[in-house]
Amino acid sequence: MNRIAACLAVALIAAGCASKEKQPDAAVTDRSAGTTQPSTATGQGSSSTTPRTTQPVTGNPLTDPNNVLSKRSVYFDYDSNAVKDEYRNMIQAHARYLGDNRNTNIRIEGNCDERGSREYNLALGQRRAEAVKRVMTVMGVGDNRIETVSYGEEKPKNPGHDEAAWAQNRRADIRYPGE
Amino acid sequence: MLNRTFLLAVLLVLAAAGAQAQLTIDITTSGGRQIPIAIMPLAGESAQPQVVSEVVGADLARTGLFRLVNTLGVTPVPTEPSEVNFPDWTGRNAEALVIGKVEPLPEGRVEVRFRLFDVQKAAQLASFSYVVPPAQLRATAHRIADVIYEKLTGDKGVFSTKIAYVAKRGGRYELQVADADGYNPQSVLASREPIMSPSWSPDGSRIAYVSFDQQKPMVVVQNLAAGSTKIVANFRGNNSAPAWSPDGRTLAVALTKDGLTQVYRIPATGGTPQRLTEPAGDSMSTQPAFSPDGQWIAFTSDRGGSAQIYRMPASGGPPQRLTFEGSYNVGPRYSPDGKSIAFVQREGGRFRIASLELATGQVTVLTDGTLDDSPSFAPNGKMILYESQAGGRGQLAAVSGDGRVRQRLSSSAGDVQDPAWGPMPTN
Repeated sequence: MNRIAACLAVALIAAGCASKEKQPDAAVTDRSAGTTQPSTATGQGSSSTTPRTTQPVTGNPLTDPNNVLSKRSVYFDYDSNAVKDEYRNMIQAHARYLGDNRNTNIRIEGNCDERGSREYNLALGQRRAEAVKRVMTVMGVGDNRIETVSYGEEKPKNPGHDEAAWAQNRRADIRYPGE
Repeated sequence: MLNRTFLLAVLLVLAAAGAQAQLTIDITTSGGRQIPIAIMPLAGESAQPQVVSEVVGADLARTGLFRLVNTLGVTPVPTEPSEVNFPDWTGRNAEALVIGKVEPLPEGRVEVRFRLFDVQKAAQLASFSYVVPPAQLRATAHRIADVIYEKLTGDKGVFSTKIAYVAKRGGRYELQVADADGYNPQSVLASREPIMSPSWSPDGSRIAYVSFDQQKPMVVVQNLAAGSTKIVANFRGNNSAPAWSPDGRTLAVALTKDGLTQVYRIPATGGTPQRLTEPAGDSMSTQPAFSPDGQWIAFTSDRGGSAQIYRMPASGGPPQRLTFEGSYNVGPRYSPDGKSIAFVQREGGRFRIASLELATGQVTVLTDGTLDDSPSFAPNGKMILYESQAGGRGQLAAVSGDGRVRQRLSSSAGDVQDPAWGPMPTN
């Protein structure tokens, strides 16, 4: 029931809902996954390419670890593209940044865990990226400023084969130009 | 100068690694009749770089349809029909017998002669002669196995065909083409970025695949003989899942240029895509496959609330749902006779290859893996090659259409995935 409620909540924001993708067996996996779900703090590993300077990085909010804009990853439940509430503030911050920086366009990259068919996972990953994009377009970001792509299961962040690894790989990353 | 030497050394090491990375094949069969066949050593073959009779025997045994009869102690080795002692072969329970010889010719070529007999009737079923350079003896052995297979089973042999697959070692991806028995692997493409979904053109001259070289999926067609490549789909978003029309002129692809993934047609040389699937509600469609007669395109869609297989007219039109059981039936591939579809089915968290008989709707699960994917029919329709992940490692496997014969193709190095069985040779 919680899932349905969460899904409805997201639907209000995103005007799109993944309830039709839910699987009875997937729901079981998801609950056990809750404990190993990486926090958004771990998700910031994707911005580890941040250049290190001798001075504190106050100039660029996108790379300031104290700024919510440095967080880029949205994690998903198995076989789901529902954007969870906990990522709403972060996505909103990026939408606001794009509103303030009209010449900046972004890309959102969707990913899946290794289970399932490769090509179908490629499409599912793109659906995840598209779900994050929709949250932003509802917040007023122009549709043509966000390209969504997918790596499917081809570029796992964690190469492991257990639920902990899979949870890290069910993900959409927000990427700014040059990243 | 130093750099050049280093590069050469690296290339030599890679070449050596490539030679070792050959696929080895294990076979298991359960039940069913096997044709007992005696394959005599061909006179003079041991002086050649390839022992032809061994390659022929291995080809036939790998199908699971033949049992090799012991030929030890048969002296003298018969090479002509007049030298065959048929009662002796009846006593050894052989139903078929192969004899022959390999003779060097003056200009460096060799002549391979072979004869196939029906032991019971003491009658010759086939007799062929090939004049080839010694380097082609292995290919000749495959052609001989093709003749024997067709004479004794009534179906075309596929021993002279090729397979393509993606080999992954460290952070390096290679698209490889090998003989159907895993020998002679050749790397036709190498990249630091993933390679996906190789698909042979119907004439075997080109392979379409998905490249991530530009940091997102795009569809590339590579001419195998020339080595030239052409990007045929690189639109906004994803470009993937290439499938050839039977005439080789059109590709069905999955694009996201208009939102969620949909199926399009595009000329195989590139051009303007035409959308075939409508985004019903919030649904997506992908993994297209042309029927062998070119009339239909089967594809995966979640328009009904779960991932199921549909088909539509090849020029677009109302989709018709084909799978109904379970919540995950994806990745359809038509059998060469168009009568069935192989696909990936999830049940209880396990992904297996299943077959759908189109006339009856009957579904048969063919494999017993946990993460099987990418089924690809042999061009005679008898075997299905697929990817089987075990212990976190990608391997190739093959299963007969009735599930009775199983082959496991493993590589000594790294993962092998995303196999595609090539067409019959054109000559």
